[in-house]
Parts: sequence; structure tokens; C-alpha cells
Amino acid sequence: MNKRKIAGVLLSLSLSAGVMAGCGAASTGGSGGKETIKVGANLELSGGVASYGQSIAEGLQLGLDELNKKGIDGKKIKLVKVDNKSEAAEATSGSLKLVSQDKVAAVVGAATSTNTLAQVQIAQGNKVPLITPTGTNPDITNKGGKVNDYVFRTCFIDPFQGTVAANFATDKLKTKKAAVFIDSASDYSKGLASAFKSAYKKNGGSTVAEEAYVAKDTDFRATLTRLKAAKPDFIFLPGYYEEVGLIIKQAREIGIEAPFMGGDGWDSPKLVEIAGPKALNHTYITNHYSSGDPDKKIQDFVSAFKKKYKGKSPDAFSALGYDTAYYLADAIKRSGDASPEKIAKALAKTKDLSLVSGKLTLDKNHDPIKSASILEYKDGKQEFNTKINP
Amino acid sequence: MELIQQLVNGISLGSIYALIALGYTMVYGIVKLINFAHGDVFMVGSFVGFYSITVLHLPFIVSLILSMAVCAVFGVLIERIAYKPLRNATRIAALITAIGVSLLIEYGFIYVRGAQPEAYPGDVLPEHAVHIFGAKINSQSLLILGVSVALMIILQFIVHKTKIGKAMRAVSFDAEAARLMGINVDRTISATFAIGSALAGAAGVVFGVYYIKIEPLMGVIPGLKAFVAAVLGGIGIIPGAMVGGLLLGVIESLVSAFGYSLWRDGAAFIVLILILIFLPSGLFGKYKREKV
Repeated sequence: MNKRKIAGVLLSLSLSAGVMAGCGAASTGGSGGKETIKVGANLELSGGVASYGQSIAEGLQLGLDELNKKGIDGKKIKLVKVDNKSEAAEATSGSLKLVSQDKVAAVVGAATSTNTLAQVQIAQGNKVPLITPTGTNPDITNKGGKVNDYVFRTCFIDPFQGTVAANFATDKLKTKKAAVFIDSASDYSKGLASAFKSAYKKNGGSTVAEEAYVAKDTDFRATLTRLKAAKPDFIFLPGYYEEVGLIIKQAREIGIEAPFMGGDGWDSPKLVEIAGPKALNHTYITNHYSSGDPDKKIQDFVSAFKKKYKGKSPDAFSALGYDTAYYLADAIKRSGDASPEKIAKALAKTKDLSLVSGKLTLDKNHDPIKSASILEYKDGKQEFNTKINP
Repeated sequence: MELIQQLVNGISLGSIYALIALGYTMVYGIVKLINFAHGDVFMVGSFVGFYSITVLHLPFIVSLILSMAVCAVFGVLIERIAYKPLRNATRIAALITAIGVSLLIEYGFIYVRGAQPEAYPGDVLPEHAVHIFGAKINSQSLLILGVSVALMIILQFIVHKTKIGKAMRAVSFDAEAARLMGINVDRTISATFAIGSALAGAAGVVFGVYYIKIEPLMGVIPGLKAFVAAVLGGIGIIPGAMVGGLLLGVIESLVSAFGYSLWRDGAAFIVLILILIFLPSGLFGKYKREKV
């Protein structure tokens, strides 16, 4: 009697599980005519670079809300978010969860190159497209001359940022002796630095000092004192805002007056809090976009974003998150049945797609060709300096 | 000139290590326990200082004292809850508990407020640059050095001139005999934890003002370095912790100064290994012969 009861319960459980599993597969399988398409977001919502992940999530959400209002061929996109806690291992397991449990049609993320590289294998192995809004390391889409078919990005790549910085340093700032100070634990930092050095050398400048630090360091005074002794007139500092803020503050304290320049890794309000507005004067960054750019498309985005997030001004991460939503929606539209394989094929063929961060065309390595903005910090505010086309 | 600057850098860093190392050394001296949760008390102190400056708008000195008071209570709580029940257990049990408490504080803190970093406001202390022999010294680092030295002098006074200090020295020398002499050993141990934790709290605030960025896992590396500093000076010996801390700070700065900045953390632990091999009882420790 008792046994039979248990058997009955088990049987009904397994039946309902089967039905539910069927539902799950049906709603995400993507064999045409479905109402919702699940898209995963694997972002840095907490941890060391939480501000990147949160900004991307806000932009992505705004983009998807706008798209869902109209619908993509009658379909809606449902976002499944995972927090990778700014750690590579968490990024890998988060991606695995999205692909195998939630069965998403595509994954957006992560914000940093290191956390994106940690997911590449899963995207390739499961044939689910992965789009990083801001992972700028070249290895993400192309490793050892072989293109990763299922991996894409919305931003430009490191060599481009490094080259732009080098050109700006020699042409606009008229410098001749550069120092490079990198985060030796970051693929992003090393990528920018090597591109910068080769372009700077080509422009006739020389790199007089090279130093390195490790993420999470707090005391840079000793190394900076050594840099100061080399008397550079320009310092290239391709790092992330937590350390960059401390480095610039401490550098100004020990009397380094030379201009600093970095990449999009600086772009966070925390940078100004840590370094202080005064120390940040005379520093520049290359970035994907500027909210101060007078272009109409950009200003429309800025006002929509401010409306949704209580007057908050969108940074480049939000802009790229927003662009990623449109980039993906465009591919879904062209894919026909919204299956992961078809979406990946459609993404690879993206051409002249007009986005907030510039017109996007993919080259054969899945890397977008688009423009870069140079911003200058003035009393803690980013000011649009110039725009450089590829 | 560059060398002077590097020495100044090293001494500022070292005085923070020294403040944390004092707590390690005092606790070890009295209960023979490496309190690995000490680095996290330092972190809690830093956050208490941060919130009292930004939310309560208290001036630096008041925040410093508040943070020391909160940490003293916190330290006593840790001792009462986690270590007191293990007073007669094996030392390895207490050591493992200490690691557990450390992880509990770190991740409990992350659970409550998240892992994102905070930045101390830049205008807590006035900032001037002082030029000495061509080295540019920040007035903040001088003040920090001043606070550290003042706290160490107060500590020396407590240990050598007050009744509780006498009790601490007695318990440290021989707990059983001290108990026979009518000293309340439990209260003395609590007092030691309170003083040690208060110093860690002060170090936390000083660290925040000097290095700006604070986060929940900030106590791990300074905690380990301070432990190295305590061993370097001779664990259990108070002047040893001060000298050890300052020495370690200077060693780290010099390693970076010679262009091996990536080896800096490694250098601290190489020092630990060398000391354990060649001078196991530290610079200030006396060589004790085991009697059979």
C-alpha cells in the first residue's frame, strides 16, 4: 500500500517533469513561430569590476525593452542574468548553466576580456553564440589564426585602442619619451601595451621605462618613484579603474606631472572617487563613445537612458550593452528561426549596422571595424576631445 | 634622492604593517594562537571608519577612536565565541577555528554589503607636500606615521606601567602561576584581544585614508604580511612587531625600487622562510634551549 503510494507519487513526478522539460525545450528550441527567445547575460554584477557589469546590464535592458515593445518579427527576448562575481571560474560555470540548464539562444558577456576568454570554450563546444559587449582582447574571437565561429564582440579590439593612444600621444600631445605601466595579470592590459609600444616606435617615439603591477595591489609608490626617475613625458597606463585610480593619485603625490593615458578600462565613476578630480587633470582615455558627442543617435540614446535610470548619464559600457541588444536583434531577424547556429551565422554577416557606438561592420575575424573617441578628464568630468576613424 | 623617497614610501607602508603585527604578536604572546581573523578585524575597522566619515560626518580623530572602540568589542566577541571554548583544546584546533572565523567574517561581510570596493573621501586630512633632500613627502604619510608611533607609545605605556599590562605580562609568562596569584586570566586575555583589535581598527582607518580604496577582502594580504612582520621581529615580542613591520615595509619598497615590483609580495614570504630557517625565534627572540 505504502510502497504503491510512493511509486504513484514518483510516477506522477516523473511524468510532470517530462512535460515540463518538454515545455522548456519547446519555448527555447527555436524551430520557428515561438513567442519568446531566451538570451543569457553573464556579467560582472558584483566583485572588483562590478560597475562595468552593472552598466552593461542597464544598457542591455534598455535596448531589449525598446526592442520588445515593437517585437522582433513578433517575438520577444527574455533575458536570463547570471552574476560571475568578476571571476573567471564563476564566468565559466555561469555560462555552462545558461547554455545547459536555461538553454539560451545566445549569451551576452562578460565585460572583461579575462572573464570572456573563460567562456569561449563553452560557446564553441555547445555551438551557442557568445557576444561580449566590451571584451577587447584579440584572442577572444581569433586564437592562433583560427576564428572562433561562435564568438563575437560589439567593441573594437585592443591593438586598435593601443594604436590610437600612440598616435594621439605623438601627434596631438607631441611626446617623445613614453613609459608603460601594465597590470601583469591582465590579458587586456598586455594587449593594449604591446600595440601601443609598436605604434609609438613607428611614430618615432621611444619607450623609456616599463613597469608592471598585479591587480589588487594598493601601494605603487615604490614603482612610481622608479618610473619618475626615467623622466617620461607621457605614461601609458592600460589598466582597470580600481588600480588606475590609486596609481594616478599616488603618482601625483610623489610629483609625476606627465599626462597619463589609458583605455576603456578606466571608464567608471569610481575612478574619480579614488583618484580625486584634481589628480585626474591632464589624463586621457580612448573609448567606444562619448555621451558628449553631438551626434543625434547618441543624444537620443542618452536621453532615453536618463529617463529610465533617474537622470544617470550612460557610460561607454551602457552604450555597448545597448548596442549589443540591437546587434543581436538584427542577427535574430536575419537568422529566420532564431536557432543558436543560425544566429551565429547571421551575426558573422553583420554589415553597416548603425549603432550608438558607430557604424558596425564585421571583418573576417569577427572583429568590428568602427571609430574610437578620445576623452579628457577635466576636474573629474570626461570631456569629448576628438573622434578617430579606423 | 630617489632612495630617500623609497625609504619614506617603505616606512609609511611599514607602519601600517607594524600596527597590525602588534595585534598578532600580543595575542600569540598570551594564548599561543595565531589569530588569522586579525586581518579581517583590520578590514572591519576600515569600513567602520569609512562609514563614520561619510555617513556620520565625523572628523578623522573621532572616526579613528570610534573604529578602535568598535574593533575592540568585535575582537572580544570573536575571542569569547570562537576561541574561549577551545582554551584547553589542541593548538591545531584553535588555529583551524581562527581560519574559519576569518573566512566567516570575510564572506559574511560580502553577503551583507556586496564585494564592490569603496573609496575614502580625499579630503579627510589636509594635504601638503613637504620637500626634504629632494624627496617629495606627503603630509598625510607623516601624520600616519605620527598616529602609528603615538599608538605604539601608548601601548608600551599600557603594557609596562599599568596593572592590566602587568597582568598581561604575567599571563604571558605562565598562565597557571598567574591564576594562582589571583589574576583573572580570562579577563586579561579579553583585554589583550581588545587592545590588539583596537590597533587593527586604527590601522584600518589609517590604511583607508592613505590608500583610499577599501574592500571586504582587503585584510587578507596585509594580514599575512603583518604575520610575517611579527615572525620577523620574534612573535610574542612587542618591540619586535614594530621593528619587523617597518623593516618589511622598507624591504618591499626597495625590492620595487630595484625594478622587481612583481616580486614584492614574494619577497615578504621569502623573508618569512629565511627567518624560519636561520632565526626561528625572530630578530628579538631569545634562543631557548629545550630542557629534557
